Amino acid sequence: MANKKQKRLIFRTIVLLILLGAVVFALVTNLNNDNEVLEEGQLAKNFELAQIGANNTFNLHDDFKGKGVMLNFWATYCEPCKDEMPYMEQLYPKFKEKGVEILAVSLDSTTLVIENFMKKNNLTFPIVHDKRGEVMDAYNIVPIPTTYFIHPDGTIARIVEGPLTLSNLESYLNEIVPDS
Amino acid sequence: MQRIKCECGHVNPEGTVLCEACGKPIEQNQHIDGNENKKLLNMRYEGSARRSKTYNKSIVDKIWNFFSSVKVGVWLIILTLIASAVGTIFPQEMYIPPGVNPAEHYKDSYGLFGQIYYQLGFHNLFSSWWYMILVASIGVSLVICSIDRVVPLYRALKKQRAKRHDVFIQRQRLFGETKNATSEDIQKLVEQLKKKNYKVTEDNGHYLAEKGRFSRWGPYVNHIGLIIILLAAMLRSLPFMYVEDYVWVREGETKVIPQTEQQYYIKNEDFIFEVYDENDERFAEAIKRNGEMVPSNFQTNAVIYKVDGDTIPGQDPELTEVKSGEIIVNKPLKIEDIDISLYQASYQLNEFQSMSFKLHVKDDAEENAIGEFTFDMQNPQSEYDLGNGYKAVVDEYYPEFYMENGIPASKSKYPRDPAFIFFVYGPDIEKYEVNFLAIGANLNPSEDNKYKLSLTGLDMRDVTGLTVKRDHTLPYFAVGAIIFMIGVVQGMYWYHRRIWIHPTKDGVWIAAHTNKNWFGIKKDLEKMLEENNIEMPKDQQQLE
Repeated sequence: MANKKQKRLIFRTIVLLILLGAVVFALVTNLNNDNEVLEEGQLAKNFELAQIGANNTFNLHDDFKGKGVMLNFWATYCEPCKDEMPYMEQLYPKFKEKGVEILAVSLDSTTLVIENFMKKNNLTFPIVHDKRGEVMDAYNIVPIPTTYFIHPDGTIARIVEGPLTLSNLESYLNEIVPDS
Repeated sequence: MQRIKCECGHVNPEGTVLCEACGKPIEQNQHIDGNENKKLLNMRYEGSARRSKTYNKSIVDKIWNFFSSVKVGVWLIILTLIASAVGTIFPQEMYIPPGVNPAEHYKDSYGLFGQIYYQLGFHNLFSSWWYMILVASIGVSLVICSIDRVVPLYRALKKQRAKRHDVFIQRQRLFGETKNATSEDIQKLVEQLKKKNYKVTEDNGHYLAEKGRFSRWGPYVNHIGLIIILLAAMLRSLPFMYVEDYVWVREGETKVIPQTEQQYYIKNEDFIFEVYDENDERFAEAIKRNGEMVPSNFQTNAVIYKVDGDTIPGQDPELTEVKSGEIIVNKPLKIEDIDISLYQASYQLNEFQSMSFKLHVKDDAEENAIGEFTFDMQNPQSEYDLGNGYKAVVDEYYPEFYMENGIPASKSKYPRDPAFIFFVYGPDIEKYEVNFLAIGANLNPSEDNKYKLSLTGLDMRDVTGLTVKRDHTLPYFAVGAIIFMIGVVQGMYWYHRRIWIHPTKDGVWIAAHTNKNWFGIKKDLEKMLEENNIEMPKDQQQLE
């Protein structure tokens, strides 16, 4: 009798463990799916894009060694993206001195519209053009603006989906200032 | 654990309501199935001991018993239903316009209720952890409920004897007494039952005729099917089993295929859109009724490239052609190396590819061209030389033009409805003349222009929408669905019928039970007893 009871307990425990395993598996895989590509703490993927208005190509890993990098994904047809450009322009000189670079990645289809926008708004921070959307794909960009703040060691400090305020932007930029 | 020995000699597990062998009600357990003070016995699960109702000791038992309860299972289903319904009140986050901030979007579009909806996380309901736990709990409940019921039921049906206890017989729904029935009458009935394909067993002059026990397993087979479907759904989270994405490719464009880690590219050579011929008498009427053209085919002629060597995203990759072919609805193009197929899913016709303009004197009725240029939407120049010292400078280009609070803007980067602001310079123009051109609209701010830009021609291109897919889970869904259907059919179209022949001192008792379709079993009995001296049993439920 006691033997039978024990057998039942073992059977129930095994069945429950299998079911628990299945549930945990389903939850973990489904909840992780979205940030599978890149998440905070991981190394930011390298890319190489041509700069707008200059005969220059930026390579994320080579050209920004030891610097904090703010990667801002935007486009000229995105109103909230355009709204935060003045903030970036305002903070750019100050943070450039501290060793933080701002790099805006435009998802527009033509250089013409980006160039026009840049000139009209007197933007001085570098803008690169992700013409084929490869960097956007690699960085898993869904809504724009999306902004990546990258530590001087190349790991992602913070991912912000949606618009930034001036004060947010400043505090996030402060997080990625290299130690001098 | 206390086992219960019945007077017939059979030892039953604790919690048994009706003796597994002879069916005698076990006195102390009648409350379990609510048999007290009732004339008829509750025959659910044959009155066998469902473990869940009996013990509750260790934590394992407690969890087990929680999920073993049908009541809990029903509540889980109701909660999931309610949650799913709530999730459809407003669009889920993935369906709101791209680029907008969800926190503001729900508040602005749907008011206070929208804000609450967003804050409670209903905008991502179907991928929220608690919703998934609800669905998973239904799965767990399904497994445990089934185990806890199928085992005792199987035992009880296997252990049942032909000779049943008097009380069991008397408390069946169909029960009849016949005095002065002879053993010939009984034999005749047994023969009739056999002819009707009943399986007859005998025990000491008592008979049990049984048919369609197979039907009792229907619900459990059905549950196995459901569990396989749930497992198949789980497999969809494994990338080697299932991947789904979407890509829009313009004619002439080469684009990275998503989900290939930037290793594969697709070029849209041509998008073909064919419609049924409205002059063909077979289709003419249907097309007329439909009011618009009916596509007969849409297909993409595509070339697939693989990236050669290592490139980092953004670099111009070295591409080698892997294969080329047609992608037609239901005829995908498969890239074997990475086991991914491209399906024709959608299209957009007539996006602008290029527009040609000419400059002429505004008042010239002939509109004789001073200079001409073509604006290529893919690769526009910042200025166009028109000759003789005239040039047009692109001040603004809006691919998909709209006015936002009186300010021109673009909705997207796709040239679906382009608009332009050109500055025209020339030797006899003092500064420059502004030309604002949009499709079907002349928005020139100034009436004083001497010159005018006019559209002379345009080129269109189509866009194809392709689903990028790898799906090895479909066979599992199919197997699950087939087993599910087998279970349904098994439980629906067969009936488990039992007829007990119980001789008494001066006659015979007949009792009958079926799990459904009482009308059918009565018909069966009536037909047989017509030519027999045994009386038709009465439906005791109707008498009650």
